[in-house]
Amino acid sequence: MTIMRPQDILLPTAAGLCCKPGGFHIDPVRSVERAVITHSHSDHARAGHGAVLATQETLDMMRLRYGENFAGSTQAIRYGEEIRLGDVSVKFHPAGHVLGSAQIAVSCQDTCIVASGDYKDAPDPTCTPFELVPCDVFITEATFGLPVFRHGDAADEVKKLLASVALFPERAHLVGAYSLGKAQRVIALLREAGYDAPIFLHGAMESITHYYQSRGIELGELRPVKGVKKAALAGTITLAPPSATSDLWTRRFPDPVTAFASGWMRVRARARQRGVELPLVISDHADWDGLTATIAATGAGEIWVTHGQEDALVHWCKSRGLRAQPLDLVGYGDEEETETPLGDEAEA
Amino acid sequence: MNRFAELLDRLAYEPGRNNKLRLITSYFHEVGDPDRGYALAALTGALSFKHAKPALIRDLIAARTDPVLFGLSYDYVGDLSETVALMWPKGVVNNDKSFPGYPSPQPSPASAFAEASADRRGEGAQQRTRQSTNTTTDNNFGSDGRTSLSVPSPLLSAEASAKADAGEGQGGGYPGRDNDESLRPRNHNNPPPPTLTEVVTTLRTLGKTELPAQLTRWLDELDETGRWALLKLVTGALRIGISARLAKTAAAALGDKDPHEVELIWPGLSPPYLDLFAWLEGRTEKPVNRDPAPFRPVMLAHAIEGTDFATLDPADYIAEWKWDGIRVQAVAGRDDRGHITARLYSRTGEDITGSFPDLVPALRLPGAIDGELLILRDGRVQSFNVLQQRLNRKVVSPKLIKDFPIHLRAYDLLGDDENDLRELPFAERRERLETFVRKLDDPRIDLSPTVPFASWEALTAARADPVSAGAGEDAAAVEGVMLKRRDAPYLPGRPKGQWWKWKRDPHIIDAVLMYAQRGHGKRSSYYSDYTFGVWTEGDSGDELVPVGKAYFGFTDEELLQIDRFVRRNTTEKFGPVRHVVHEPYKGLVLEVAFEGLQRSPRHKSGVAMRFPRISRLRWDKPPREADRLETLEKMLKTEAAELEA
Repeated sequence: MTIMRPQDILLPTAAGLCCKPGGFHIDPVRSVERAVITHSHSDHARAGHGAVLATQETLDMMRLRYGENFAGSTQAIRYGEEIRLGDVSVKFHPAGHVLGSAQIAVSCQDTCIVASGDYKDAPDPTCTPFELVPCDVFITEATFGLPVFRHGDAADEVKKLLASVALFPERAHLVGAYSLGKAQRVIALLREAGYDAPIFLHGAMESITHYYQSRGIELGELRPVKGVKKAALAGTITLAPPSATSDLWTRRFPDPVTAFASGWMRVRARARQRGVELPLVISDHADWDGLTATIAATGAGEIWVTHGQEDALVHWCKSRGLRAQPLDLVGYGDEEETETPLGDEAEA
Repeated sequence: MNRFAELLDRLAYEPGRNNKLRLITSYFHEVGDPDRGYALAALTGALSFKHAKPALIRDLIAARTDPVLFGLSYDYVGDLSETVALMWPKGVVNNDKSFPGYPSPQPSPASAFAEASADRRGEGAQQRTRQSTNTTTDNNFGSDGRTSLSVPSPLLSAEASAKADAGEGQGGGYPGRDNDESLRPRNHNNPPPPTLTEVVTTLRTLGKTELPAQLTRWLDELDETGRWALLKLVTGALRIGISARLAKTAAAALGDKDPHEVELIWPGLSPPYLDLFAWLEGRTEKPVNRDPAPFRPVMLAHAIEGTDFATLDPADYIAEWKWDGIRVQAVAGRDDRGHITARLYSRTGEDITGSFPDLVPALRLPGAIDGELLILRDGRVQSFNVLQQRLNRKVVSPKLIKDFPIHLRAYDLLGDDENDLRELPFAERRERLETFVRKLDDPRIDLSPTVPFASWEALTAARADPVSAGAGEDAAAVEGVMLKRRDAPYLPGRPKGQWWKWKRDPHIIDAVLMYAQRGHGKRSSYYSDYTFGVWTEGDSGDELVPVGKAYFGFTDEELLQIDRFVRRNTTEKFGPVRHVVHEPYKGLVLEVAFEGLQRSPRHKSGVAMRFPRISRLRWDKPPREADRLETLEKMLKTEAAELEA
């Protein structure tokens, strides 16, 4: 039997990361016959594949976003479950990014490669915590791959929001948050901080948030903001997709304080560019310390770095004696920057 | 310091004046003495200490971080203080321990996993081990590093949650990372972060050689926002975006006092303002201003409207020229030993004496003059553009003084020796002023002449033609006329019906809307900042060149109309900026009013407007008929000649 090199197992192609011996792609950006998907964010989970293997939550949320016929066929897999695909075996492990998000360990002969998708090692009440998976090659994201990105405790950021609500009871607080994952996490954090008033939702938030609730995640009383009188929104908190917070839509709120929950808010210029008045550093991606700690802890001798600030992370790996290279994969971005409201989200 | 930093951070993002006030007042309410007093000093620019050079900050970070990573980060963030604040290694530990998970030098249950993988993967892991020992070259790896890598605690999860409560990090999902945090030996007895008081009082007396070590200690102790504020403070780059006046108003609000009252006693106060806060909180009497040359809150005028004249009798009023300079208050008084102290205040009460040392000797008699600061050359008043060369100067060179000789033109007298004249009617004060200026007998101070008139028609004529109405050669520096009731006392603020200002008509041009940007606060969903341009000859025929930016002057209804126009006629988007269609027959013409023009190498058009605002929307006019750059250049010529004179 010939010895497999890592790149014989997984290889970047135009359609995404391709596993030839297994006959599938991971998070393909184009339609493929068989797709293995890490999580349900739209840059990783696209519609139109022949067969999709993912966690139940990922499949459910893809269905919510794309409709019943988003794929030819689907197969659900649990965390810790191992499946044989062609010459490789595939095992899913929690990634701690959003509900249902997974790292995918691909093993062939004695080599194990972990494609971690998007991940974070910070606590999140809305999803299963990140699990460290020992491997030979670790494929890491680099969204916040610069040492300036060190996200503090998310609970402190929520305290900041609540302090502002207390200081400006006559204004509405509008929190921009990506509608899958971030919004529900912010709500859960608000509840953990003891905030028990109803929280209002932009229309685009409703279906995913209700799905989270149906999976047993406690989010307290939620109300659609549509149809609520302007004056009644004073002193309240509303969650909305980031794009909506700078749009005509905000005119229904009394003198709104515009907040934005994102790891990007760590850099002041980024917050100012967006006209954010209350930046909240809450990220669903690992920060620099999280990325570097995870890379080291996997024990992998070779690191492949994708989407984000690859240069700094590759440099760091090399300075630690690890083999490292950027993976030139296109089509993955920061969901917050690319989110465009879908049809039903435009006016909600 | 962390709480103060939080305030600064929030203020930097908050566009609304009232909201800024609320934030500051709530800070004063929440934070005790003396920290809030030093905060007030920082906000009003009353702190002084030797600033640190950016090179020192660079050295500090270079000793702690990888130069490549620092370079990439600085490039991304674009601000030195912020980059350093964000990158500064956590706590007292050396940065190498931010990267845990190497095989530990000693057996450790926490890193059992990493060890196992090291065993399995031989070579790579050994390489990493070598690598981690290599880093002893890192500056402060030494003792800290070694002790902290010993004896890890087996109580990982407990430590992890404790850390999530106490520490800055967000991580904590698995042993690899917790290992690092739980190993911090001084976690539970870290010194508390410094207070603002500690920072300010230490910086005042600290020697230059002690600064790097002191800064390092503070940076270790503060959180990210605290580090950012500290670095801005010590490098003298603390631009808060609020005026001293606003900070004092916020302090006044703490005790429901009129900001004028604070302004009045301010010159006698010094940081940390214990007596001020005690009074504001009703614990003591109002502090007495013992300053021999105190500021007196300024009286301001209302803009007169055409319909106002019908209700006013010309005989009740004295008219004078409104000079286009800087309104100031020049005060002189005797201290306890009988020596004269002289001060120059802006109309908001800011002490600007330091910028005009050449005027101080002229203020040799005790008294308080309300007047206009101007530049006079050969007895002729120069334009505001000329005066601008002398504003906001930290260093005033002899050449500057010689080339831009300062002058005070007196309008009013508020105090004469020991006597407070503010209760007297204006006509009487004016007489006292004439005598006072005569006694001073200094070429740097003269009297602003009154404009005789018998009817509103006569005054209208004088305003239209100041040259023949007595302003003579100085007419170019006349901004309009002031009307003051003969019997008006000098009242702080803008009392109704006492003083009126009647400005000359502004310059007007028709320009074309080119770009629009979203506003802030209440306007955050509206395109309310407009860049407009005029036509000029380009390489391929006529093209529009931007000449200015305006964000007010329009009504709420007009704002809605422009906003709708912008949204429907956007050709390109760049973040919050939209390119709006501007072609000869497609686009929106804005009538722009402005007060003056200046040459500006920073603008592509070469001109900059003073106080531009939208005066009318010209939906009726095709862009092709908007004004040309030549029109503006013609207006500029006279001004330019004055500057070079």
